[in-house]
Amino acid sequence: MADVNRGDRPLSPHLTVYRPQLPSITSILTRITGNALLIAGLMIVWWFLAAATSEAYFATVDGFVTSWFGDLIMALSVLGLWYHALAGLRHLIWDQGYGLDIPTAEKLGIACVAGSVVLTLITLVIV
Amino acid sequence: MAYLTDRKRATGLGSAKAGTEHHLSMSKSAVGLLILTPLFVFTFGPMLGAPHADVVAYFARPFPAIVAALMIVVGFWHFKGGVQVLIEDYTHGLTRKVLIVAMICLSYAAIATGLYAIVKLAL
Repeated sequence: MADVNRGDRPLSPHLTVYRPQLPSITSILTRITGNALLIAGLMIVWWFLAAATSEAYFATVDGFVTSWFGDLIMALSVLGLWYHALAGLRHLIWDQGYGLDIPTAEKLGIACVAGSVVLTLITLVIV
Repeated sequence: MAYLTDRKRATGLGSAKAGTEHHLSMSKSAVGLLILTPLFVFTFGPMLGAPHADVVAYFARPFPAIVAALMIVVGFWHFKGGVQVLIEDYTHGLTRKVLIVAMICLSYAAIATGLYAIVKLAL
């Protein structure tokens, strides 16, 4: 039993043979958004450092962060932040054993995508 | 080899070593961030592009300063754990080790820099 087919086992299906579907797309988006938030995180730390250093340094960094390029990064990061927060909440729900059946999981996936867009629009209007 | 049971031969060879601790650390920081994220977005957000004097006065107040400090500490802690899993999934060997150590250093550096700046602003 222990010596059958050692080293020649079938591999699990990989990305190249998987049809994209909502659970897999929302899963990889969680990873992409979470790690991409590093850029906005470092920009915000830099902004705080500049504010604590001098008015001139603050003007430089704040000017960059609120330039069209900085605004683009911040706006996309807000979308990523809300998406990652909702997807993380979904993981916490799953961890408790709820919502693991496919119809519910797909509804939660749609809720993460739609909810993050709505929260982003609210944020961009208020802030 | 023939005298080892299947169980004995497999024990310790799995990919998971200390995964439980890591998973719980991510879950706990995630709960904290669910509370901190809205607080931080709506306190820090309006200060982007504000005059320097307003920013200094704003973060001299306790609530915005404490929320920002907590967000940077818990956020980069959570990032440190998350990026480690990303690196472990896609890289191997020395590259993996170097990247994980580099990301841990970067996370702690960001926490230290952020805290230094906020304390200096707040006091």
